[in-house]
Amino acid sequence: MHPSAPLTPPAGDEIIRIDGLSKWFGDFQVLRDISLSVRRGERIVICGPSGSGKSTLIRCLNRLETHQAGNIVIDGIRLDDSLKNIEAVRNDIGMVFQHFNLFPHLSVLDNCTLAPIWVRKQPRAAAEATARQLLQRVRISDQAHKYPGQLSGGQQQRVAIARALCMAPRIMLFDEPTSALDPEMVKEVLETMVGLARDGMTMLCVTHEMGFARAVADRVIFMDAGEIVEQAPPEIFFSQARSERTRQFLDQILDR
Amino acid sequence: MNRQPALAHRPLLQRGGEWLRANLFSSVANGVTTLLLLGLLVWLGDRLLTWAVLNAVWGNASVATCNALLGQGACWAVVADKWRQMLFGIYPQAEQWRPAAAVLIFCGMLVLTAMRRFWHLRRLLVLWLGGSLLCAWLMAGGGGLTPVPTALWGGLPITLMLAVFGTLLAFPLGVLLALGRRSSLPIIRAVSISYIELVRGVPLITVLFMASIMFALFLPEGISFDKLLRAQVAIILFNAAYIAEVVRAGLQALPRGQHEAAAALGLGYWQTQLLVILPQALRITIPAQVNSFIDNFKDTSLVIIVSIFDFLYAVRQAVISDLDWRHYFVEGYLFAMAVYWLFCYAMSHYSQWLEKHLARDHRT
Ligand SMILES: Nc1ncnc2c1ncn2[C@@H]1O[C@H](COP(=O)(O)OP(=O)(O)O)[C@@H](O)[C@H]1O
Ligand SMILES: [Mg+2]
Repeated sequence: MHPSAPLTPPAGDEIIRIDGLSKWFGDFQVLRDISLSVRRGERIVICGPSGSGKSTLIRCLNRLETHQAGNIVIDGIRLDDSLKNIEAVRNDIGMVFQHFNLFPHLSVLDNCTLAPIWVRKQPRAAAEATARQLLQRVRISDQAHKYPGQLSGGQQQRVAIARALCMAPRIMLFDEPTSALDPEMVKEVLETMVGLARDGMTMLCVTHEMGFARAVADRVIFMDAGEIVEQAPPEIFFSQARSERTRQFLDQILDR
Repeated sequence: MNRQPALAHRPLLQRGGEWLRANLFSSVANGVTTLLLLGLLVWLGDRLLTWAVLNAVWGNASVATCNALLGQGACWAVVADKWRQMLFGIYPQAEQWRPAAAVLIFCGMLVLTAMRRFWHLRRLLVLWLGGSLLCAWLMAGGGGLTPVPTALWGGLPITLMLAVFGTLLAFPLGVLLALGRRSSLPIIRAVSISYIELVRGVPLITVLFMASIMFALFLPEGISFDKLLRAQVAIILFNAAYIAEVVRAGLQALPRGQHEAAAALGLGYWQTQLLVILPQALRITIPAQVNSFIDNFKDTSLVIIVSIFDFLYAVRQAVISDLDWRHYFVEGYLFAMAVYWLFCYAMSHYSQWLEKHLARDHRT
């Protein structure tokens, strides 16, 4: 990782296209007519007040939530009720959760090889080799045989990142990956994510770590009440936000 | 070094006295109750000890010896005389080493299964397939052994078989029902719920009756199932509903995040259940499963109702059917009680040990 090296600007084709996406929980509309296009290699940070629909939005992308109106196309595959499409899309997308969601009954290594072996049908040896490589990349290879319960929060989240990477996804979704961590562990997880960003992974991160947004984001999106209120490159987003709601939000979280 | 607390320096007798005063004699009423209960206990204990031990007839004594002491001392000679029939029912005398061996093998299998180093699917499968076939061969005969029809089987092997297979084979069905009850497909959910609620709403005796009598009505003419097999199937179907509810509790205890993480990794429904959800959910429910096994073990005595001669019945028959010994069925029942108690106590202890052991386990 070279922290000072300039980020390569994403020049890729469109990998995610969201058109007029709406979603309801019962009568309550969580997402309102959201449209968004993401290019290959683009790094997007999504922020906004709690309950604004950030998690729901990214969970729609790998069909952990179903949407009721609009279209989502991931790498040419349209997300609908077709199980084949859902499977194909999930194969393309890795996800990291706020509470890690590691499998507590499996060792770190087995957490990482489970999906490659059973979904990708990789031979165990190959899956383990890949897993060890990726565990090394998140700097946790010495813990491969421990169980998640024996690791710190930061270590667990890095394992969760490695586990997702083992499926060689083209897109990574992060849902507040550092907000369940003690402050001293936030840095190690963010560094891992920065490394990933520099390697050109397409990333959508829900996070309030604005330092991370400044360092790697190509675009920062502000959501409120189920809508995308504002989106801009970080240097513009942080200094010249157009909407009042965005400025209020930024004032709050940046404490200025 | 810390100083010992003052309490430890005082004489034992004094501390005992304080404890007694605080717990048993804190008021007049409390003191009177304590004394009354103590008196009752001493009186009962004395009677029991006199009857069961001091005045009892032990060993291979004759009926006459027992009759001389009728009402004053227990006649354990009846157990000494009849134990083979009590344990193995009307299984041919000369072949009774076979059910004895089967019971020992079976208990061995249970002990091995209880040990954690055997908790691997393949080892358990080999153990149970191999062990069960061996026991079946010993019991039924053939291949060098005299064939013994199931109508002659009885006693402890029957009780063990009905209880253990009644739990073991009910297990997969119970897991399926539990998953079905949480399924997103309405038909599967409805079928699972109906089955579970129906079975849990009727007593085992009814299911046994159905299996032994009504089953025949549904089967085409001329086809008949072995009676023992029918009762075994009935017990399996019955237990499955209870196991389903225990498993469901385990499934509900898992956080949603486990399902979501598995889905996000692309695991399908069955992969998610088998690789992620069930290993965790079942582990949580092991103590509860052992407890329901204890229940099943005792419930098997109900098969008497469809004329299957389990252990309890064999004990009763062994005493009652002999004109000489027939006064001594209380001793027979006490023997049966002791055997049931031994099994249940061992299992209950195992379940407690397991609970502690699993709670300490960092993996859960
Ligand atoms: N499964 C659900 N059922 C009902 N309401 C939900 C569910 N999940 C989220 N919500 C509601 O949807 C809104 C958006 O939630 P979420 O996307 O988690 O917001 P955010 O991640 O921005 O905090 C919230 O008001 C939340 O209460
Ligand atoms: Mg959220």
